[in-house]
Amino acid sequence: MNATDGLAVETTGLTKSFGRVQAVTDVDLRVAEGDRYGFLGPNGSGKTTTVRMLLGLVLPTSGRVRVLGGRVPGDAARVLPQVGAMVEGPAAIGHLSGRANLRLLDAAVPTPGGRRTRRRRVEDALEALGLAQVGRRPVRAYSLGMRQRLGIASALVRRPRLLVLDEPTNGLDPQGIALVTDLLLQLSAQGTTLLVSSHLLSEVEHLCTRVGVMDRGHLVVQDDVDALRAPTGRLLVTLAGGAPGGAPGAASTLLGRRLLEPPTGGRLVVADEGDVVGDLVRGGLAVREAVVERRTLTDVVLARTTAVGEGAGVAR
Amino acid sequence: MKLAALTWVELRKLALRPRTWVSVALLCALPVVVAAFLATSELAPRPGQGPAFLSAVLGNGQLYPAAALGIVVPIFLPVAVCVVAGDAVAGEAQAGTLRYLLVRPVGRTRLLVAKLFAVLAFTSGAVIAVALVSFVAGTQLLGTRPDALGTTTASLSGTSLSPQELLVRTLLVMAYVSVSMLGVAALALLLSTLVDSPLVAALGGLALLVASTVLVGLDAASAVHDLLPTRYWLAWVDLFRDPVLWTDVRRGVLVQLGWAGVLLAAAWASFTTRDVTS
Repeated sequence: MNATDGLAVETTGLTKSFGRVQAVTDVDLRVAEGDRYGFLGPNGSGKTTTVRMLLGLVLPTSGRVRVLGGRVPGDAARVLPQVGAMVEGPAAIGHLSGRANLRLLDAAVPTPGGRRTRRRRVEDALEALGLAQVGRRPVRAYSLGMRQRLGIASALVRRPRLLVLDEPTNGLDPQGIALVTDLLLQLSAQGTTLLVSSHLLSEVEHLCTRVGVMDRGHLVVQDDVDALRAPTGRLLVTLAGGAPGGAPGAASTLLGRRLLEPPTGGRLVVADEGDVVGDLVRGGLAVREAVVERRTLTDVVLARTTAVGEGAGVAR
Repeated sequence: MKLAALTWVELRKLALRPRTWVSVALLCALPVVVAAFLATSELAPRPGQGPAFLSAVLGNGQLYPAAALGIVVPIFLPVAVCVVAGDAVAGEAQAGTLRYLLVRPVGRTRLLVAKLFAVLAFTSGAVIAVALVSFVAGTQLLGTRPDALGTTTASLSGTSLSPQELLVRTLLVMAYVSVSMLGVAALALLLSTLVDSPLVAALGGLALLVASTVLVGLDAASAVHDLLPTRYWLAWVDLFRDPVLWTDVRRGVLVQLGWAGVLLAAAWASFTTRDVTS
């Protein structure tokens, strides 16, 4: 729709201070259209403040925000109708039903299309999150998981080009998590750009193509998941039949290959050079499994962020 | 139009809220109780004592709507209005729905104006409800004046008012009472944009009411009397004089518009530039 450089979200030198507290410092976020972007970082690292600035809720101290080719907050009226968002948990009017809540919110800013079209979109969103059968029950009587689903449904009503979700699977049961993950992958396949913040790193690893990691207000990592998870150059080998060469722990080489760690049981760590498995097999060892070692997202995040309570400058 | 749509949504929210109807019902109940006591005891407060005007209505229930408004004006109506106005933005902030309205995006100025319209609608709706209920209560419980054959009513100046004149003047009283709420409503709305607690915002509006009432009663503060929001609240009585005594009514309207203008401008300035972190 808009002529853009292919970026759904772009911030330049984004900085926010609340009084003397610097919440976000010089963040350059780049989310390409079609990305499934995981936004990570410990509590208090500035994720939520950044997201709030993307949505025009919090006004930056300095720096610029562009969303879908428009400035925020300047062009918010034009840009935000194409953005669906859930920030810091769902919220709804407790004494009304989920359906009534979505209709009221949709009526607050009428979109093109008649009343029937708009109702259809509300029904579709409820249906997608498995809430269509809940009927007249007031939101007050919803479980945590149902509220969460309603929050996501609310973000979907306008069929946004960009979906910004904060902890989308928070409070969901395993079925709910599977439903939401599938739904997000499906929306992504249809061209929706996703910006998802989460603490569940395995979930992000599964869902996202790209991640940004915040730490104490700075964006410390921004890269493709595949690049972060590139092989470390080490090969993890498990042998059938226990430790090789008789003396476990003693051998620092095996068939001319240096062991990078002392072997434990039948497990070896060697450099991934040449035909490791072939050499081992030719040397008479029964190889049960050989796995290329990759860093997990958890490793990356823990290595680059500071846990709450740790002193300034002390990185793990 | 976008503002109309949003105002409609705000009115629906207000109407779908049980609390709205409970507060209106309570506002209407008080004059009914007073009418019941008057009817059974036949003892009106002595002139100069008790709620203004009440002594005049004993013989004529058609005057009762105005008297009923006089009963709710000093405290009950402003309390109800402050609760609604204080809840306007702070209530959404506390529930977390404010951020979802704003990212819709409804536009902050538009939201504030729609909330103001909803508060005004509640105020005039409550005034109308009190007037209608007390008209029924007055004519049923107190009766219409038999010695005048139910056709004329005495003004406070002793001349007669035809039923048409009585209706016009009652409508004027309703309008004046509604306008009288502007000052405290605007303060509650301003506070509502500043804090995330509807309770604090409502109490802030009432604090202005109490402070103003105290100062109006304090001769030492006479220099500022004419600027206080409650100074002319009881001027609606002048609408029942013949001819109508407009001086205080006009001043009362100007004072309310002044307070509302300043406070609403402040509310707009604060809300449109504020970080929404609720």
